[in-house]
Order: sequence, then structure tokens, then C-alpha cells
Amino acid sequence: MGVPTVSFEMTGAQPAAVLAGEWTLAGLRGRLDALKRQLASADAARTVRWDLHALTRLDSLGAITLWRAWGDRLPDGLDADPRTLDMLRAAAVLGPCRPAPRARPRRGDSLVALGRLGGALVAQLLGMIALSGQILFDAVRMLRFPQDAPLRELSANLYKTGVTALPITALVGFLIGVVLSYLSALQLKTFGADVFIINILGIGIIRELGPVLVAVLVAGRSGSAMTAQLGVMRVTEEIDALVTMGVPATLRLVLPKVAALVAAMPLLVLWTSASALFGGMVAAAVQLDIGFGFFLDTLPRVVPIANLYIGFGKGLAFGLVIALVACHFGLTVRPNTESLSANTTRSVVSAITCVILVDAVFAIATRHIGMPT
Amino acid sequence: MTAPVIDIRGLVTRFGNHLVHEGLDLSIPAGEVMALVGGSGSGKTTLLRQVIGLMRPQRGDIRVLGQPLFSGDLQADRALRQRFGMLFQQGALFSALNVLENIAFPLRELRWLDRETIHDLVMIKLAMVELEPRHAWLMPAELSGGMVKRVALARALALEPELLLLDEPTAGLDPDRSAAFVSLIRRLRDQLGLSVVLVTHDLDTLSALATRVAVLGERRILAEGTLDHVMKQDHPFIRSFFGAARPAAGGR
Repeated sequence: MGVPTVSFEMTGAQPAAVLAGEWTLAGLRGRLDALKRQLASADAARTVRWDLHALTRLDSLGAITLWRAWGDRLPDGLDADPRTLDMLRAAAVLGPCRPAPRARPRRGDSLVALGRLGGALVAQLLGMIALSGQILFDAVRMLRFPQDAPLRELSANLYKTGVTALPITALVGFLIGVVLSYLSALQLKTFGADVFIINILGIGIIRELGPVLVAVLVAGRSGSAMTAQLGVMRVTEEIDALVTMGVPATLRLVLPKVAALVAAMPLLVLWTSASALFGGMVAAAVQLDIGFGFFLDTLPRVVPIANLYIGFGKGLAFGLVIALVACHFGLTVRPNTESLSANTTRSVVSAITCVILVDAVFAIATRHIGMPT
Repeated sequence: MTAPVIDIRGLVTRFGNHLVHEGLDLSIPAGEVMALVGGSGSGKTTLLRQVIGLMRPQRGDIRVLGQPLFSGDLQADRALRQRFGMLFQQGALFSALNVLENIAFPLRELRWLDRETIHDLVMIKLAMVELEPRHAWLMPAELSGGMVKRVALARALALEPELLLLDEPTAGLDPDRSAAFVSLIRRLRDQLGLSVVLVTHDLDTLSALATRVAVLGERRILAEGTLDHVMKQDHPFIRSFFGAARPAAGGR
């Protein structure tokens, strides 16, 4: 094992350089810069004979170091083994070009970036609309050929997105109910308006909080799962395999997901709202001495039934939005891991954002409905 | 004779109740191209995974390039892993990185080479595996099967390894490409002085590339030696493996 060295013999008519040692990745570690400086020195410029016979090994790194030092060519007075020469000639494939320096941001770039963002948004929207259309087609096709209906997938998705979400939605609903009730009770007590806890909880949870809470949970839970599943199926070409077998991918993969979530969401909303109301009721009983009987008796009187329908409607809409967004992002995953993770993130974030947007639309559209007079 | 690049002594591997290797011994001399062959489920790939340190055997001792894979010293373990390169069956390229970044990855991990040098090294490796500079900007998903193997080979060779491990190097390639890939590996092996260990099913690859053959079966090495020596062994598996494949290979 020899340390890579270069020494210059400046005597005589032919100034010579002698290279020795291991010019390899392992050997050059920590010595590369010093050697590069030596090779760029004035001595090296005057050298007319290069003796490489004492080199014990030369690999690609050694070869490119020498090649670059010689100005991208082999020097005339080169004296080396055939094996070493081969390595050096391999470096001849290198063009004179070096990697282009990274582009610096310029003025106006941010405007372009903004434009691109807008374009991407429009493209996503168009994709989503196309997917909705495809699902509609599939639904019509399913009505014409009922034997094509993906019933097993529907039932599996119903179980995955609905049934297995019951414990977590119940827990979160209950806790939010307790917190909401507890904090409201502190305020209401100071005004002596204890009874209104039932109005607040009833309207707030059934109409607003329940559906949004479920939507956020489901977007994180089932939406991400749908995107990841479809994404991996795209990466591994499973979707192509399905299509090749004559199974329409959207009918078999997307439609059951959308249908299952649309069916499951209102039920989950009902379940979570009930759980949150129960939590609120428990906290109200502890904090304000409002009995369960009185609470349950008053609730239907102060909360018009329309609120429940609005909650249901929101559940339907949110389910549709979450499933559509999740499937859209799943189907647009490009075949690499980075794209998969980016699209899963996008799916959840976009789903929750869309849900809030739809919720705002609901709030305005239903502002005259279901409010106690 | 120089020290063996891989030395396996008394290897025992068990998956649950299923015994894969039982007291397996194998020594691979330096400078050879050793082919591991065996029927499905004979534990070839398992053996390869143990040799590169992805799995730890239940019992037995594996030394690669004279050193244990799990010495307890993290720096030493890492240094050892930089001395051999592995070509995975599917290439195992990082799908989020382009070809250039894939090959540059192990070089960047050394953390002492500058960007220009890494770029030059990648370009040399690309030329070595007979790819063109313009391929450097492609993503793995845009490559054909043969190109994936070439890029993966370039990545395996990035750190100038002494030992190259190949898992089914020609699987999934058509006969032409497979022959081209085999001759590429052979050329690189001569040029770089590599020791090579490969797992293969393909008799053409085996006869074209391997200087020695080890046959796995019955939880141990059934036979080991040159191809001629192994083919003379009288064992049902060896007879059927080489016997069944020979006419097909000859008939091409």
C-alpha cells in the first residue's frame, strides 16, 4: 500500500515527474487537494516526461485527477503500463464541460412561479372534473351491466373507511364534546345562562363540528390510505395490469372507494355527533349540574331537526370530496417514491381545504334553515 | 493463493421451523467469478443477503474481505460495506433521483469529493457501462430494463469495490441484451480486477461468466469447483439442472 505521491526531478534537459503509490479512491482520501496543487504548480508545467511506472494502482478518481490536471489530454512524454493507459484513456470520454452552476433566482421568477402554481391548480381541478365524469360513466355502465358492479370492493371499503373508523371518531368526538362543554360552561356560568349549554352544544356539534371533525379524521385516515394504495398500484403497474385484463380501473378501484365513503360519512357524522353530545352531556352534568334527563329532553326542543339533515348533507358532500381528491391524487402519482409521498401529503391537505371550502358554501346556503327562532 | 474474499463457516439459517442452511461452509477465492446455483427455495438469495449484511445468520461466521460484517465497530462496518458493491435483481435504483444522482449517491456519501469531481466520476462510470452522457438526466422510471441494470451496475462500481455481488444479473433481459450485459461484466471484471459472486438461474450466463460454481441444495453446498468439475458430480439435482438446460442452451 503506497501513499500516492508525485515528485518532480527538475535536473537535466528533460524535467520529469514521477508518480507513485495508490492513486485510488481509498488512497487519495485527504491527499487529493495537495496533489492537485502539486500537479498545477509551475514544476508540472515545465515537465516533459511523466513516469507512471511506479503507480501501484490507478482508478477512475486518479485518472480524472490526472486528466483534468493535464488539461483534458494525455501529455506527450507519457510513460505508463498498458493497464494504467487504459484507465487514463477511459477518462477521455469526459467532455470539457463541467456541470452547469445552479441557476440563481432572477427577478420575475416569483411571478412565473405564481403563474405555474395557478396553472397547476387549474390542471388539478380539470383532472378532478374528468375523474368525476369518469365515475359518472362508470355508474351508468354499472346500471346497464349490474353483474360488473364491484360489490365486494364496495363492502370492503365500507368496512375499511366506516366500521374501523368507529372507535377513533367516537373517542375524538367524546373528548371534543367534553372540552367544548367545559369551556362554554365556564363562560355561561358567569352570565347565569347555564341552560344554553344545550343550545350551544346541540347546534354547534350537530350542524358544524361533527361533520368537520369527521371529515378531518377521515381525510387523514382513509384519504391518505386511498392515495397511497392507488399510488403504489401505479408505481408497480398493477393498474396497467388491471386495465390489460379488461377491468376498467376507475370502476373497480375508484368507484367503490367514492361510493363507500359517500355512504359511510353521514353515518360516521351521526355517530361522532352523538358521541360528542354525550361527552358534552357528561361535562355539563359535572360542571353545571344539568341532568342527563333534562339535557335529552331539552335538546330536540332547542335544536330544530333541520340541523341533523344539514349535518347529513355535509357528511355526504365531504365524503364525496375526500374520496374524489384522494383518488385523483392517487392516480396522478408518478412512478417514484418522492411523487408518492408528495401526492399523499397533497391529498390530505387538499381534501381538508376542500372540505372547509364546501363547509363555507354550506354555511352560506343554509343560513336561513334550522336556526331556532 | 490469496485470502478468500468470502469465507463462510458453519452457517445456520432458520425461518421459523424451516431450516434453510445447516452447517454450510463456503470459501470464495479472490479474483474468481463464483456462481451460486440451486433450485428455488434452496436459499441462494438468502445466502447473498447474509453476505452483504442485510440478514444476520442464526449461527455461523461470515467473513467478507477478511473481516466480519458485524464487528460492533460502526465505522469499520461502514468502511467494509464501501468495499463491495451489490447489483440487485430489480436494480433498486432510487426512484426519486435521476441516473446521475443515483450513481453519485455513494460518492456523495463519502463527503470529501467536490461536485465537479463527482460529476466527472459519474460520467466515467456511465461510459464504463456503455451508457451515454445524455442518459444521466433520465429518471429510473424512464429507463428500459437493460439500462436499469447498467445504471445499477455503475452505482455498484462507484466506490471502486474489490468485490461485486450480482443477484440474477440477466433475469428479465432478452438473450441479446443478456449476452451484452454478461460481456460487459466480464470486461469490467478484467479491467478493474474484481472478484465477482453471482446468483443465477441462467445456464448461458453461468457458462459465459463463471470461473467457479457452487451448487446449493439440501441445506448445504452440494458441490463446488470449476464448471466442468461440478458437472461431473453425480447428484440428482446437478444432473437435472445442467442436464435439462444443456440441450436448450446448445440448440440456440
